[in-house]
Amino acid sequence: MSNLIQVKNLCKTYESEGVSTRAVCGVSFEIAKGEFVSIMGPSGSGKSTLMQMLGFLDRSSEGDYFFDGRNTNNFSDDELAEIRNEKIGFVFQTFNLLPRTTVFENVELPLLYDKKFSENNTEKVLQALRSVGMEHRKDYFSNQLSGGERQRVAIARALVNDPSVIFADEPTGNLDSKSGTQVMKILQKLNDEGHTVILVTHETFTAEHGKRIIKMVDGSIVLDQPIINRRFAVDGELLK
Amino acid sequence: MRVLDPVKISYRNLMANKFRSFLTILGIVIGVGAVIVIMAVGQSAQALILDQIKGIGSNLVGVLPGASDEKGPPAQAMGIIITTLKYDDFLALTDKKNVPEVELGSAYVQGTQTATYKGNDFSIALMGVTHHYVDVENVEIEKGRFFTPDEDMNLSRIVVLGATTKTDLFGTDDPINKKIKIKNENFTVVGVAKEKSSSGFGVSGPNESIMMPLRTAQKIILGIDHLSFLRLKIGNVDEIASAKENVSRTMRIQHDIKTSADDDFSVRDTASALNMLTNITDVLRYFLLAVGSISLIVGGVGIMNIMLIAVHQRIREVGLRKAVGAKNSTIMLQFLIESATITLVGGLIGIILGILTALLISVIITNFFGYDWKFIVSIESVMIAVSVSVAIGFIFGIYPARIAAKISPMEALRYE
Repeated sequence: MSNLIQVKNLCKTYESEGVSTRAVCGVSFEIAKGEFVSIMGPSGSGKSTLMQMLGFLDRSSEGDYFFDGRNTNNFSDDELAEIRNEKIGFVFQTFNLLPRTTVFENVELPLLYDKKFSENNTEKVLQALRSVGMEHRKDYFSNQLSGGERQRVAIARALVNDPSVIFADEPTGNLDSKSGTQVMKILQKLNDEGHTVILVTHETFTAEHGKRIIKMVDGSIVLDQPIINRRFAVDGELLK
Repeated sequence: MRVLDPVKISYRNLMANKFRSFLTILGIVIGVGAVIVIMAVGQSAQALILDQIKGIGSNLVGVLPGASDEKGPPAQAMGIIITTLKYDDFLALTDKKNVPEVELGSAYVQGTQTATYKGNDFSIALMGVTHHYVDVENVEIEKGRFFTPDEDMNLSRIVVLGATTKTDLFGTDDPINKKIKIKNENFTVVGVAKEKSSSGFGVSGPNESIMMPLRTAQKIILGIDHLSFLRLKIGNVDEIASAKENVSRTMRIQHDIKTSADDDFSVRDTASALNMLTNITDVLRYFLLAVGSISLIVGGVGIMNIMLIAVHQRIREVGLRKAVGAKNSTIMLQFLIESATITLVGGLIGIILGILTALLISVIITNFFGYDWKFIVSIESVMIAVSVSVAIGFIFGIYPARIAAKISPMEALRYE
């Protein structure tokens, strides 16, 4: 089975007013297609920085990153934008929906930046909304929705381009536990349907919904193993 | 990305901050409106002035005392009195032997005097002219008669009134054979000139004047023996150039001048006068336009300021758009189109307000000042205003748009 993601000795150093801080260092691992990986660690452990590098929102300072077999170190900003558009979907803790914009238009957004712009975008958007159960809200403005609904719309947006990987950065962090359960259930369903999911969280309980756990402390990986007693989100059961 | 998406986005952002958007757009509205008004008023004023010259006729050659540059104003216009032009010159120039192209001509002296009728004083423009004046200037006589050739030189105390002067002095009374007083001398009114459409400022027309025979004006009123200027009517417009040559040659013989550098006279034709006035009024128009443009630049700085604020307020939006695949160039384009949309909207409102203002001005001038003021808004000025306002949006939008394009998506998403 081919590796979707392969990183070797990945490092990230931030320079701020002459002081350099190492957020991530010497990280190496591989992620295959179809995995559900939870990256876990306390705040400041470098898990978010790692996710941003993996999601091409930021560049590494050292090390190699192979995506789909290609070394991405020398990719231009435009090439990275293309990868983000076609291969990656993001779900953020704070949803990041555009204000004063309808649910439909929010989900449509990645398609607008797709070179392969086509007229049957509408069907793609509705399909994505259907899979998160938000089709009935398509004409609502994003600010008219509850937190849980917003996050489901954000997941639909991440899905709409049929990406290879979905990155979820603390997706349940701003939600009540009932909505959190719903979000985790959707992520598990998407993984079952073949999407690779990479979840970043500081909660062990949430992390245990994945199939594999990578634990980070102080910018390094301290544990990388399969999850033995995987949790399954069931409606009505609450996230702790 | 569809072209209309950024327009839609900017519409929403404008609507979200209505008052701020209003203030931003106001700068451009005022700038574009000012430019439109200036261009319209400038063109109308130019047309008004040029129409007066055209009203005199395009087949006239004028001779003025004093040398002057062809493109500049004559020395007389600066208030300098030059006494070198004489009645003999007029006779020589109207002689077909010297200038065969001349059909007829008139000599002029000018002055400002007070005319009195039944105790009412009026300040009038006095014109001493020769009997061909009416033919040279296409003036029609409404009542009575004009001067006879004999009266040119025999000191007859007679006058012909311009239409406005007649109303000022006599109201609705019949002025023919009535006596008016100028400089304590009595003059009999023998005729009234018909109102000429090209009236107003610039060249003195017959309407506000009192015409009297040349010699009478020179000797009895002004006490001079030189001419202010003279005008020659050329039979064929195509012969104006050769007529001017012959006029200059004759004048040099008259004044014993060897080379053209020593000329003490200027020869003008209405075509070159038109050119000169067009040049002068163009310079004025462009000067006003430059002043008006300053307000556009100020408006543009306002746009830049507001776009910088917008970039900072929407930094997370920029981060998100980049996260879902927007390229730097796409983000830049989005912000550029946004600022250009703002200025285009401002420009369109400015054009409408500018045109309405120009219309109002023309209504006021026509109705309250009585000038034959045309309402002119040229397509060019509208097109210039539209393109300038869009260009300002782009120019002043570049810096904020570049800032937006350069934001790292990671930092933008973290921004609180």
